[in-house]
Amino acid sequence: MTYLMRDFLLVLAVFVACVVESVEALTIVLAVGVTRGWHATMRGVAAGLATLAVIVAALGPALTVIPINALRLVVGGLLLIFGLGWLRKAILRGAGFKALHDEDAIFQRQREAAEHAEHTGLFGDSYSFTLAFKGVLLEGLEVAFIVLTFGANQSNIPLAAVGAVAAVLLVTGVGIAIRAPLARVPENSLKFVVGVLLTSFGIFWGVEGAGGSWPGSDAALIGIIAFVLGGALAAVAGLRRLHDERSARARVDAPPVATVQS
Amino acid sequence: MNRAVRGVRAFGLFWWDFIVGDDWRIAAGVIVALGLTAALARTSVPTWWLMPVAVALLLGTSLWRSVRSSDNS
Repeated sequence: MTYLMRDFLLVLAVFVACVVESVEALTIVLAVGVTRGWHATMRGVAAGLATLAVIVAALGPALTVIPINALRLVVGGLLLIFGLGWLRKAILRGAGFKALHDEDAIFQRQREAAEHAEHTGLFGDSYSFTLAFKGVLLEGLEVAFIVLTFGANQSNIPLAAVGAVAAVLLVTGVGIAIRAPLARVPENSLKFVVGVLLTSFGIFWGVEGAGGSWPGSDAALIGIIAFVLGGALAAVAGLRRLHDERSARARVDAPPVATVQS
Repeated sequence: MNRAVRGVRAFGLFWWDFIVGDDWRIAAGVIVALGLTAALARTSVPTWWLMPVAVALLLGTSLWRSVRSSDNS
């Protein structure tokens, strides 16, 4: 695999993963900002970003001095655990066994909770501040984790950061432009793709970190992605068929609905 | 329970939830599979096939458990 191809896959993986995290953070910020005003909300965003910067500055160097194979083993394992979790949920949602993650519903829930909270506190509106702070910090931590791990493993944190910054700017731009629920973003499809990529990179780095080697070296990554993607699509198709069969059986077995005599 | 214990507990629960998620068996299976790969790497046997097989098994059994639990609910 050429360096260009490898770099492209790195940016793509980071970009897609960070789009998902940014959409989640933006949903919270939009819900609080629209209903309770932007002043305290933006302070929460700023405080979250500042805290995030400190954590990244502290962890970045620590991550890069760890021996590369130990890093690959730990990161490969973590990515596999995260990736399999995302993929599992995306497959269950795609097959109909789990409700689709609905950004509209989340927005509405955040909005209702925000409207019922008290307007008090050190930052003018501590509720808005805390919600925005928590949302940005938690999702931002995941973005930082993706950038540092993907970047450190390919010895190119700046390139990974480019993918993340592009994703955050894109989602922020879209959020500012629409200022509305982000339900139009096909979140489950994104999570499915991210799950496939995280799992594939996790398998690749996990084996290398454990002291193994891949036939074809880095080119094996394309084969791993194809293997994981094919397996996941087959799982969605198989489980969807099972779900449809069960639904049809349940309809047949259901007692007839009694009609009300007026 | 005092405040410090509650804080430590909440901290631990946050990281458990953040890393392990819904199915702890996936995390445990990944650790076991990586350990087996590391052990196999010390021999002359190729190791690359083990993780894809382990991942397929872990994901398949986890999905099956979820589908069965939705059956019982």
